[in-house]
Amino acid sequence: MNRLSVLIFGSVGVLLVTAMILVVMPYVQFMVVEPEEGLAPYTVEQARGRDVYVSLGCVYCHTQQPTDRVFAPDSERGWGRPSTPGDYVYDYPHQLGTMRTGPDLFNIGARQPSAGWHYAHLYNPRAVVPGSLMPAFPFLFEVKRELGPDDVKVDLPPEFAPKEGVVVAKPDAVALIAYLVGLDHTYPSQYLKYTSEQANLNNGAAQ
Amino acid sequence: MNAAVLSLVLFTFLVGMAGLLVLLWSITRNRVTWQKTGATVIFDAGEIGTVEEPAGSASDVAALAESAHGRTASDGDRSADDILARREADRSSRTPALAFLGSAIVWLVIGSLYGVVSSLKMTFPDWLTGSAPLTFGRVRPIHLNAVIYGFASMGGIAVALWLMPRLVRTPLRGGRFAIAGVVVWNIGMVAGLLALAFGWTDGVEWLEFPWQIDALFVIGGALAGVPLLLTLRAKKVAHLYVSAWYLGAAFCWFPILFFVANFPGVHFGVEHATINWWYAHNVLGLWLTPMGLAIAYYFIPKVLGRPIYSYGLSLIGFWSLALFYSQVGAHHLIGGPVPTWLIGVSIVHSVMMAIPVLAVAINHHVTMRGRFGTLKHSPTLRFVVVGALMYTATSFEGCLESIRALNRITHFTHFTVGHAHMGLYGFVSMELFGAVYFMLPRLVDREWPYPKLIRAHFWLALGGLIVYVGALSIGGILQGLALLDKARPFLDSVHVTVPYLHARSVGGVLMTLGHFVFAYHAWAMTTGRGPVRTFAGRTPTLAKEVAS
Repeated sequence: MNRLSVLIFGSVGVLLVTAMILVVMPYVQFMVVEPEEGLAPYTVEQARGRDVYVSLGCVYCHTQQPTDRVFAPDSERGWGRPSTPGDYVYDYPHQLGTMRTGPDLFNIGARQPSAGWHYAHLYNPRAVVPGSLMPAFPFLFEVKRELGPDDVKVDLPPEFAPKEGVVVAKPDAVALIAYLVGLDHTYPSQYLKYTSEQANLNNGAAQ
Repeated sequence: MNAAVLSLVLFTFLVGMAGLLVLLWSITRNRVTWQKTGATVIFDAGEIGTVEEPAGSASDVAALAESAHGRTASDGDRSADDILARREADRSSRTPALAFLGSAIVWLVIGSLYGVVSSLKMTFPDWLTGSAPLTFGRVRPIHLNAVIYGFASMGGIAVALWLMPRLVRTPLRGGRFAIAGVVVWNIGMVAGLLALAFGWTDGVEWLEFPWQIDALFVIGGALAGVPLLLTLRAKKVAHLYVSAWYLGAAFCWFPILFFVANFPGVHFGVEHATINWWYAHNVLGLWLTPMGLAIAYYFIPKVLGRPIYSYGLSLIGFWSLALFYSQVGAHHLIGGPVPTWLIGVSIVHSVMMAIPVLAVAINHHVTMRGRFGTLKHSPTLRFVVVGALMYTATSFEGCLESIRALNRITHFTHFTVGHAHMGLYGFVSMELFGAVYFMLPRLVDREWPYPKLIRAHFWLALGGLIVYVGALSIGGILQGLALLDKARPFLDSVHVTVPYLHARSVGGVLMTLGHFVFAYHAWAMTTGRGPVRTFAGRTPTLAKEVAS
């Protein structure tokens, strides 16, 4: 190959043509996606919690994309029906994830609606899930001698609680838990055919 | 698959065929030459059959020549003009290449320390939990970004700056732009990694650096690309060697990828995920892989003194890589909330990747045939050839991994991480190490002071990699099988991996030790420390220069 122009135009041309397929066509297709009817926009607190989720890199261990049962038994695990593009319209940056060191969190709010559980879990996952390998996040909490009027107290098993004082959630933790408890996409999807099977999948998540 | 899916797959296929037809047309019109001479363009007249190995000692080079069925440089009969031109080309990139290389090595050491810390954190979840910058979710992206944009990209640019003048037989033009580029790029690295540590992130894998900081990489990368373009335009060769196509194309592709994927405010929801994996796989396929292949295509024939087996095959390999690799990204979203056709296209092309991989594999391994004994005597070849073998292995693994039935098992597991390291470490990093062992003696005109350290680096890197990839491949499959078995609780899939995660940490520590050895050795060499011996691999000195 002796022409520089063949190299430059050829290589750029190939990339652009293939980008039509992998970038432009999905873009056009997703552009017309309507939000799922049951999907509510994030509250201010939840949006802030989502920022905390993003900045702490939760995505490296948790997916937010329950898959179809032909691919993996996610619904049987209670993780909910397969997600659809309409479930994600308010999500930027996306947090679909590719790794399940921990479980899928797309319906964690339906599966585990107790904020108290989440606080203890975040402070030290092993306090509520023996054998968990999730890192502890003590820096999202502070230990106070006395509970203030607006403080969110964290209830811990005695062996995980500090010897003195009470564990109180910092604002970042409060926002993060608001986001996690709000993660509930168990409403019926207008993109999946609504079948009794779908209802069953959702029941799994809501239990 | 419905009719729409099928017609789209058909469409991509037709576009691909059209591309190949255009290429055939260019060949028939002599716009692209297909002759064997293209493979010999990296040799001066009379140089074929002469081994070149600046990283070896005198006895190494003699033994290398024997096992390569060649001769040592001393009896080459190159003309004085050729020798001077090569030397001028080699030295013309000294400052920018050393600046990029030095930075790359620093980022390698930092990045691998972060890698070890994140690996240990997976099994010791209560270790270093006191502050946000040390939490796993921040340490891991710092590792990735440091080694990808710091080490691999900057190392690749260093090699490109040094290699391009050699490939086109002319000194580097506009080296100052590259020096400015290295400064801007490093500022971007420091700013980006600090941003990640303190929680300012774009939040998408491989694209974590905030887009405001990404602008620095666009500027720095463009500045580094200017000298390459100027040098290419001033080429003094009739044919561009295959390594020059890979390097040139990589510098055309990367800015497009980086710009499109990082552009703020245009991506949304699931579309963001598709662009994410289009980008992330293309960084490997269209930026780092071309650099690794450019290295393998240059150094294997150059060290052996033997042209590459088939020039035509390398042409097929290049264009099919461009066509197929650019469409594999969505296989990271198999099973996800994306259209079936998109996944289908990516799986088809992931499997089609077998074509460029086969073309490259035949070319590299047949060139080596009957000469694998040379690995004992040439440090450069040891790294480069092992890297080329890893490329073949990891690519075929990638083809298989993209097939739905197997992807179900590996998709959400550590297996993917093992596969990524086989590609980025086993292939790309090994190629870069090999290239550095060859080019640094040419740049500082000195022999590597401690040959034992090169051996130590090689065995630590290879041993660490085998432990790393082996552990994660087995652990990942066990994890995947546990995840697919609905009768087993989720925590089973976590616990089954623990011994393998420990083993992975051991592998990571070995690799990191190798990097310390490498960094120390490169530092000692450039600063003139250590014993000075006869420099067997020295660029031949002309008789008239000796006299004066």
